[in-house]
Amino acid sequence: MEKRATFSKMSVGVMFILPQVLLVFTFFYWPTGAALYWAFTLERPWGGGNEWVGFDNFRQVFADRAYWGSIFRSLIFASATATLSMSIGLLLAIACDRSLKGYQMFRTVFVWPYAVVAPAAALAFRFIFAPEAGIFSMIVKAYPEFWNPAQNGYHAMTMIIICYSWKYAAYCFIFFLAALQAIPRSVIEAAALDGAGVLRRVRDIQLPLITPTFFFMLVISITDSFQDSFGIVDVMTDGGPAKATELLVYKIYFDGFRGLDYSGAAAQSIVLMLIMMVLTFFQFRYIERRVHYS
Amino acid sequence: MWHGLTGDLGDAVGEVCKRFNESQKDYEIVCTSQGSYDNALQNAIAAYRAKKNPTIVQIFDAGTLDLLLSEAYVPARKLMEDNGYKINWDDYIPAISNYYADSKGVLNSFPFNSSTAMFYWNKDAFGKIGKTEAPKTWDEVFDSLKALKSAGYECPMAWNYDTWPIMEQSSAINNLPIATKGNGYQGLDAEFIVNKTKFVDIIKSLKKAYDDGLVKIKTPDTGATIVQAFSNADCQVMLSSIADHGTVGKTQKPDMKWDVAMLPTLAGVERKNSLVGGASLWTLQGKTAEEYKGAAAFFNFIAKPESALFWSTRTGYIPVTKSGFDYMKAQGFYDKAPYKGRELAIASLNASPVTELTRGIRLGGFVQIRKEMRDALTDIFANKASVEDGINSAVERSNAVLRKFEKTYAGKMLP
Repeated sequence: MEKRATFSKMSVGVMFILPQVLLVFTFFYWPTGAALYWAFTLERPWGGGNEWVGFDNFRQVFADRAYWGSIFRSLIFASATATLSMSIGLLLAIACDRSLKGYQMFRTVFVWPYAVVAPAAALAFRFIFAPEAGIFSMIVKAYPEFWNPAQNGYHAMTMIIICYSWKYAAYCFIFFLAALQAIPRSVIEAAALDGAGVLRRVRDIQLPLITPTFFFMLVISITDSFQDSFGIVDVMTDGGPAKATELLVYKIYFDGFRGLDYSGAAAQSIVLMLIMMVLTFFQFRYIERRVHYS
Repeated sequence: MWHGLTGDLGDAVGEVCKRFNESQKDYEIVCTSQGSYDNALQNAIAAYRAKKNPTIVQIFDAGTLDLLLSEAYVPARKLMEDNGYKINWDDYIPAISNYYADSKGVLNSFPFNSSTAMFYWNKDAFGKIGKTEAPKTWDEVFDSLKALKSAGYECPMAWNYDTWPIMEQSSAINNLPIATKGNGYQGLDAEFIVNKTKFVDIIKSLKKAYDDGLVKIKTPDTGATIVQAFSNADCQVMLSSIADHGTVGKTQKPDMKWDVAMLPTLAGVERKNSLVGGASLWTLQGKTAEEYKGAAAFFNFIAKPESALFWSTRTGYIPVTKSGFDYMKAQGFYDKAPYKGRELAIASLNASPVTELTRGIRLGGFVQIRKEMRDALTDIFANKASVEDGINSAVERSNAVLRKFEKTYAGKMLP
């Protein structure tokens, strides 16, 4: 007799997927639907009326120079943090995978930063980078022009990129280490017997074999950098100085929740969603081709 | 009741509520902090939309207009009259009540934690340059800052881009408009016009003082706030809220002598009253008659002079009624340290009869406008924009905010 787990009744299957559908509906479709509606109307914060305005909100968003600036900054932030956190994560993972001295301890320690919530990490980094009070103040005393994130936008941007990458490198590390350890030892040993050095083995065997993970991390880190950056920006810079670190997600928060411009913020979040969809699409379309799934 | 204060101030609110609960047996008020003014506002909106709102919510000054244009609140006077309380509405200090009143002067919310901006100065430092009094005009301020610098003070004045003292308060005391239509009181079509007033000159001289090393930027990102920098005697002057009077007193360097004074005016200008800052208590719609009765009893309780004394002793906030102020004076509250000097905040609010330009600000999206101006000031002080260009672009962007706000409330009239 054939053994297959099937459900005789449709209703049982429906019951199994119901919780998931409810969750997705409550936390995704419902809010997205509301945002979509608000994006085409002018919503009064305390209720009491909203007027259909068509694409006005979107027109306003796109006519705003500050918005384009914020898209540009978000892209810089995404590429910089993805590069930095993935390379650090990969480097650490390769080192741990080689079972260097003390690797068991490092394997645990390197994961911790990811467990630190973003605002807490940001608070610590704000202190480290504060030009007058923190660790950097020693350098600033000697070279006053060297560092001032409170006034120099580039410095402020560097600061949030470093903070975010520190945290995210830990996440990359976990995935890369797992991928590296899944590579059959025999392959690497064979290469070693053939006389391939450490770097050669990394380049020709390990890296090609973990491309699927690499691609996955790339997609995830770029999408995450658009969303997860909020806590860090909010604590470290408030989007300042003069909008220099105002990323898309922070601008949405500020306009919507602080400024009570619900409709403008709704339009922006729809745009953000589209940007992320387009980015992910391109990554799948053009980068995934070069990924070899074994 | 929901409020937005935390830490020591949040505890103080809790004590007010406890005093009310202990003063009578009929009602019990539960006071919950929402973490910040912004959160209190956002959460109250979310709760109101879900019809789960508290009876009373504390809303900060810049959130006043949105609520005023909504149908979400019960006007303060109506609430008290419906519940049989006789309140002497003229007892409220005019500069305070006008901010929260409708165009006819009828109060919509209860002023609660009220403050105004003051000039903080270090008496020790000023003593070194032979001054025993605080400067009264900006010219005198800059002269003193220069003298302080020559006397070897690294940071004569601390500044943090905050628009509240320099733009809003300073415009009021010099009788300068911030926006047309009586700062927005006469209609939502008001336009932001600070780029055409002497506010530009003030920023210019401030920028020059900054270039000369007389003013230092102090923000959390640099490592110390202006209040911290002033309290530990690193910086000798700052413009800040009277609500910080208590904090400075508690955290100051031992034996440091300091005082507050009214904000400086421009030379040759007759001083007008400053604006009230802080927050007020709003009663929201959708509650039972019994709950409103309790709310009215609570408002009646906090309006008592004894409550004013408790509140102002516990915090740096000022009394909001004339009787509260008189009572505190009679009790000798203002005669000695650490409270001496706080009466100047009332003097500043009472400096003149309230004029069209000093009753308050009624501009939509004011949180965004403040941010635009702050961003512009940051650019100006980082030499990325000239004073005029920076302020002009902030005004242009702010007017876009105002027009959008006007459109959102199309057809609504200011009450």
